[in-house]
Amino acid sequence: MSEKVLMKGNEAFAEAAILGGSRYYFGYPITPQNEIPEYMSRELPKRGGAFLQAESELGAINMAYGASASGGRVFITSSSPGIALMQEGLSFLSSAEVPLVVLAVCRGGPGIGGIHPGQADYLQVTRGGGNGDYKVPVFAPSSIQEAVDLIYESVELSDYWQNPFLVFTDGILAQMMEPVVLPDPRPEMKNEDIKKHKPWAITGYGDDDSKRAVVKSLRMVPDDLEKHVEKLFEKYARAEKELVRVETLGVEDADIVFVAFGTVARITKEAIELLADRGIKAGLIRPISLWPFPYGAFDLITDKTKVVISAELSMGQLIQDVKIGVGKRFPIGLINRTGGIIPTSLEIANRAESILKAGS
Amino acid sequence: MEQVFAYTKGMVRTDTSYCPGCAHGIAHRLIMETLDEMGRLGSTIGVAPIGCSVQAHKFMNVDMCESAHGRAPAVATGIRRVHPDKLVFTYQGDGDLASIGTGEIIHAAARGEKISTFFINNGIYGMTGGQMAPTTLIGQRSTTSQSGRTVEQAGAPMRVCELLATLDGAVYIERVALNSPANINKAKKAVRRAFEVQEKGLGFSLVEFLSTCPTDWGLAPADAMKWVSEKMIPYYPLGVFKSPEGGQA
Repeated sequence: MSEKVLMKGNEAFAEAAILGGSRYYFGYPITPQNEIPEYMSRELPKRGGAFLQAESELGAINMAYGASASGGRVFITSSSPGIALMQEGLSFLSSAEVPLVVLAVCRGGPGIGGIHPGQADYLQVTRGGGNGDYKVPVFAPSSIQEAVDLIYESVELSDYWQNPFLVFTDGILAQMMEPVVLPDPRPEMKNEDIKKHKPWAITGYGDDDSKRAVVKSLRMVPDDLEKHVEKLFEKYARAEKELVRVETLGVEDADIVFVAFGTVARITKEAIELLADRGIKAGLIRPISLWPFPYGAFDLITDKTKVVISAELSMGQLIQDVKIGVGKRFPIGLINRTGGIIPTSLEIANRAESILKAGS
Repeated sequence: MEQVFAYTKGMVRTDTSYCPGCAHGIAHRLIMETLDEMGRLGSTIGVAPIGCSVQAHKFMNVDMCESAHGRAPAVATGIRRVHPDKLVFTYQGDGDLASIGTGEIIHAAARGEKISTFFINNGIYGMTGGQMAPTTLIGQRSTTSQSGRTVEQAGAPMRVCELLATLDGAVYIERVALNSPANINKAKKAVRRAFEVQEKGLGFSLVEFLSTCPTDWGLAPADAMKWVSEKMIPYYPLGVFKSPEGGQA
């Protein structure tokens, strides 16, 4: 591990992917993630990899698919409208069981929206967004250090699960600077070793055509397609057990339990302190994995709790999972801003207190 | 006894899914025979498109992947960047390459991507049942141009070789036809040259094959071949549009 260094989010994310073993990056400029392609264009050629500026996000994710289908470790990044264009690829890669790590830096929408921080792509990243029955694990860091660790880990996880992985963040983490400890570099995967790790990869079969590899998505026979989708969902069922990540804070006996992720969870932690000064006990469920969602954490909420509040930068998207987690046990409130506006800790505390008083 | 002919190892010994009289089978065999002759079957990676040839990997005996509609040149780009020592090709129809995939093919060519593209132009969407393609001829009937394509309504057909030949990164561009034994022999030479340009690392290469779709054209196989000669070649002239030596070869 490195000494503690002060890094800008985007540059730390890029370095984490390289240290994790990614050597191929394909990207298209879009704010607020542009420092990542810039960093990759400078670093990857020096470190035995390749950077390519694609003609579009469609081009980028399909280049990523080709590079990964042939055994390379690939990391790509984009922001909301670009991630929308990449949905074709995410569905395809999930179907073809090809690994990929995608960092989505969410901004305000819909349409072109704005470039300021948002979480309004929550349903897109957790529910699919592309066509068909598939799932993509999604991690939502709330600090640059956590993002670095999750990106680093996702490189290995996506290879293991043979599935795309998403890391979902916003322009605040991407653009701010924080001290981080960088992980040790993973050993590089050389081309001659690809087949040992990825027997399915298309690398050219050499002298023995009985080892011919085909990476495919099409299944014209309904029985074949149904079996394939069922096989994918056996994998997803296992992921739902093994990939759940959550942080909980003072949930037991809390008057208010907040549910918030990413940047909003950080602000909410401050709001919880402000509420404590007012004699109100508040706790937090912070999903780190958005899919699979940590519904189990809601069992920690005790009968003393009067309201569960979803705090989010969208018009009530996270709250849909909060409703599933809470069931009919508690009233549910919403504190949200959109358009790229970040609520202050004071705003969250005041609105939470109002919701609590209105309910009692 | 001396063996004078053998089935190429480049083709998987199975029936293809193509209609009688469709020239996909000819194009497949030319490409695979060439790789076999070059000793490159085991060090080549192919990318299949969306269209009738989406399952080309069932017939072509090389490592292959499928790609989303039009994206084959981007996919091939990714493969080639990981494996600069391998031959990488895309096999694409006219809907895939000249319509939904224009962004990908133009930029792969502009970058001088060291891949070879085999472009099957039969002037129609085959797999989806005979809709108008960007390459459908003026007056040609399709299920979405039922009285015949008009310039007013749909513009004039796209000439892909001529378009791509304007790009510096496109190093070898030739149009061939699969309508006669003589032209098929020329087509095979073009395939070889495309792969050689890639092997030498000179840049992007593309061979366009004027091909047939008897089913969606509503013609018997022999009449479809005649249609290529009489209708397609006058609009899509055969020849080399770009070569490393410069100009027409």
